[in-house]
Amino acid sequence: MTSLNASLLASSAVMPPPALCFEGVAFSHEDKLLLGPCSFTLDGIGPTLVMGPNGAGKSLLLRLAHGLLSPTEGKIAWSGEGRPRQAMVFQQPVLLRRSAVANLIHALAVNNIPRRVRSKLALDALERFGLSACANKPARVLSGGQQQRLALARAWVLSPQVLFLDEPTSALDPAAIKAVEAAVREFHQRGTRIVMTTHDIHQARRLAGDVLFLSGGKVREHTPAEAFFNTPVSPEAQAFVAGELVE
Amino acid sequence: MKKTLNLVLAGVTAMGLALSAHAEDYITLASTTSTENSGLFGAILPKFEEATGIEVRVVAVGTGQAFELARRGDADSLLVHDTAGEQRFIENGYATERADVMYNDFVLIGPADDPANVRDAKSAAEAFAAIAKAEAPFTSRGDDSGTNRAELRLWENAGVEPDGEWYRELGSGMGPTLNTAAAMDAYVMSDRATWVAFGNRQNLTLLFEGDNVLFNQYGSLLLSEEKHPHLKHDLATQWHNWLISEDGQQAIADFKVNGQQLFFPNAK
Amino acid sequence: MENNAFYVALSLLVNLDASLFQIVVLSLQVSLLAVLIAAVLGFPLGAAVALWRFPGRGGVIVVLNALMGLPPVVAGLMVYLLLSRAGPLGELGFLFTPGAMVIAQVVLVLPILAALSRQKVEEMLGEYREQFVSLGMSRGRMMPTLLWDARFALLTVLLAGFGRASAEVGAVMMVGGNIDGVTRVMTTAIVLETGKGNLPLALGLGIVLLTLVMLINAGAYWVGERTRRRAG
Repeated sequence: MTSLNASLLASSAVMPPPALCFEGVAFSHEDKLLLGPCSFTLDGIGPTLVMGPNGAGKSLLLRLAHGLLSPTEGKIAWSGEGRPRQAMVFQQPVLLRRSAVANLIHALAVNNIPRRVRSKLALDALERFGLSACANKPARVLSGGQQQRLALARAWVLSPQVLFLDEPTSALDPAAIKAVEAAVREFHQRGTRIVMTTHDIHQARRLAGDVLFLSGGKVREHTPAEAFFNTPVSPEAQAFVAGELVE
Repeated sequence: MKKTLNLVLAGVTAMGLALSAHAEDYITLASTTSTENSGLFGAILPKFEEATGIEVRVVAVGTGQAFELARRGDADSLLVHDTAGEQRFIENGYATERADVMYNDFVLIGPADDPANVRDAKSAAEAFAAIAKAEAPFTSRGDDSGTNRAELRLWENAGVEPDGEWYRELGSGMGPTLNTAAAMDAYVMSDRATWVAFGNRQNLTLLFEGDNVLFNQYGSLLLSEEKHPHLKHDLATQWHNWLISEDGQQAIADFKVNGQQLFFPNAK
Repeated sequence: MENNAFYVALSLLVNLDASLFQIVVLSLQVSLLAVLIAAVLGFPLGAAVALWRFPGRGGVIVVLNALMGLPPVVAGLMVYLLLSRAGPLGELGFLFTPGAMVIAQVVLVLPILAALSRQKVEEMLGEYREQFVSLGMSRGRMMPTLLWDARFALLTVLLAGFGRASAEVGAVMMVGGNIDGVTRVMTTAIVLETGKGNLPLALGLGIVLLTLVMLINAGAYWVGERTRRRAG
């Protein structure tokens, strides 16, 4: 690990990850209310798993939090100075038409990491995610699992304080899912705030520190994982946890 | 990929340099397609260059366009065949001096079976009238060139207003007009030089020649220094003088295609 | 006669006639240089139109697309009036030089490169946009990434531009003047030989031109496929 990464790690290990605060946030498109208004604060250790049936607004909530979309109402705020460093891993990884290592170097370059340390950081990250053998292969010919790991490695080199993951394993086989979950734990241990959506309740049980449950564009409850899975409060969450079909 | 790119860049830069490197001593001559297509310039320009070291770059266009090039100051010298137009050019102040250089003649070309019976005409006027009477297809340059202007004068002489389905104005150079005539089995008036050198005759043949009104005079013009001071007047004057000198006139007389002399020097 | 033309083309190539060689080299120099200049200007222009929203953007796209069909002779006339002694850039003395031909071909090729690269970059941007925003990239920073990632599509665009440049005759005839040994290129030589009624020679030159264009396309295809396999 280079000194740069080490110092970033040290700083984020000392400080708690930045808290995320939604205040009356709503999002409408063409006069149709798709999400909210919702208010909550993510200030625990996490990882925070955003759950709910399809169309509940999970992805939308993540995109708003990450700043890919702007809320039509309300305010999104972070604790601490300014906007924290953050990254996002998508359901379908978006990789450049270049080699695996070039994808990471590009991410470092656009974040103004000095040229001389880029390839070292990139190769270290590839090794960490078990992709050393693929470093010079075109990113787009890698398997689905390798591509998602590469997307995680790309997030890793940026040392984000917050990492958003949008259904990162929904298209993967069990072995690849395991690797992604291990990576998520590694980010978490490094002190990165994890906010991840999933529709897989078993995955949520394995990873969640707290659960934000959405249905119909509204936050139904936000509770520690244990409470959510054992004693859900809202009728929607009760039905969801019980394995019923929830709209 | 980057290596390839660098190679390409280096190559193209070299090309750019190569393109900009050219001789200094040259003039641009606006002249007619008939002189260029016949090969006259290919024969006489090397002799001039040998004598003076001056390269002559020929832009071969219709006479109308040649005048326009000279009027805008884009040519250093002018060699055309429209005596009336040349005199007007001097009157308008664009040229200072004109000299007869050479002549050739126009000939009437048509399909070998000669439906208008042009072969037996006693004069050019009679031949043109016969074509109009028979309404036999005739292809005209229609491009305001010297040849086109001469052709229109000949229709006037014949007392005919060329009009109708049979009269086709092409708006093309001499060569393309001959190509079209060959494809259509049409009559066409051509300068002799282009006709003799023309390679795609098919069914066309020479039907009428020799009338004095078919005389085609070429003139060289010295352009006005006042209008266009930037032109290479010194070099252009050398060219002008060489053309009407003994050497130049001899070079013109020596140019032959298939053993046939195409231009007849007649500088005074 | 067609057989005759093939024979003429073959003997032109085999004998490597000096004046033909000069014409071929000039044709390639003019068209390649024009395409390179047009690419340096046109690709960033196309990418910029794809990336930025501004008033009149739709109009710009329509104009670029329409200019792809600009008649070469009109481009030639515009450049002629520009470079003519009586025109605004007459002082340069560029008329009837290879440089003038390059300018005219840039005018012809630029809209093709800009319009097609705009389309390719916009398609790619649709795919990359969220990731780019997530990485915190500005639009200006997105441009080189998109142009590089679209390189294989842009190579095809480049070939389309080169095809237009090497095939046109109207513009180079007007601003070059078809001067023997100075501005005579393949297409103007073909027009000249057709005018002389030397149809076999004209067709022979056409076959030589076609062969060259095919070789260049084959080379570009080969390079493209090789790097595509390597870089994905």
